[in-house]
Amino acid sequence: MSSGTTDFEALLREALSPVEPPETLTERLEMALISLTELAQDELEAWELKTMRDPRNWVRPAAAVLVGAGAGTALVVLRVRTRHRTRRQQSSTLRELAARTLQDFAEEARRVLPDR
Amino acid sequence: MPSDAPESKAELDARFTELYRRHLRDVYTYSYYRIGNHHDAEDITEQTFLQAYRHFERALRESDGRPLRPWLIRIAHNLAANFYRDRSRKPESAIEDAGLISAPHTTEALVEGREELKSILEGVAQLPDDRRNALIMRFALGMDNREIARALDRTDGATKVLLHRAIRQLEDMVSEPAKPVGDDT
Repeated sequence: MSSGTTDFEALLREALSPVEPPETLTERLEMALISLTELAQDELEAWELKTMRDPRNWVRPAAAVLVGAGAGTALVVLRVRTRHRTRRQQSSTLRELAARTLQDFAEEARRVLPDR
Repeated sequence: MPSDAPESKAELDARFTELYRRHLRDVYTYSYYRIGNHHDAEDITEQTFLQAYRHFERALRESDGRPLRPWLIRIAHNLAANFYRDRSRKPESAIEDAGLISAPHTTEALVEGREELKSILEGVAQLPDDRRNALIMRFALGMDNREIARALDRTDGATKVLLHRAIRQLEDMVSEPAKPVGDDT
């Protein structure tokens, strides 16, 4: 490969720099994904009400609780992670960053997992 | 990402979360350079992940442990193609997009005062679709030939040729901006 081509490819890489998604999109998309997860859980719960009379199905509701908690927790972690850079910019020390992260986790968990 | 199938919905969601976290910027970048404006790029990105979530389990099963980025980009690629097709069907909203990609405003600062970068972006916007898409995947997303081949449903060899021709054509266009653009695919 000639150096001219290599230079041109470097320029091309520079011209087509990755574009950061706007924060509004991130928030909207994550809320939509959380809704989808909750919808899946609601469907599971409706199915459970019908089947609770049969003891053979009693394992399923316990699994549903675990599923819902796991999915919600994953999304809490996701949302807190995505704001890591903002917190880092706002924090002057690691101690301050840790405090902000803990606070963010608590707030996000309250929002995403209100009944748990 | 682990190749084994998830054992619960929680695990499935956790894996999807990881996929989303790793590739949100890729999907947005691809959509943005394809469509040329933020508003529609946001819609394409959102639809891509919602569609991916619906089919994620099957994709995991069928991926056989291979990375899922090409699958994700292919969803965005198809949605962008539908976007253009739908627009061509609706004359009232047939806004000319071709020029928009030549000056994407998040890269305005980057290309300001850099005539060479501006002319490259203008050239990319004028390339035939398949060449432009391959260049976006390679240079904006850093995908290798195999990933691009999977995203575009081509062989590795055909993808290598496609990229080579795209770069050559773009180089010619940048060095001779007045030359008419032909599609020899």
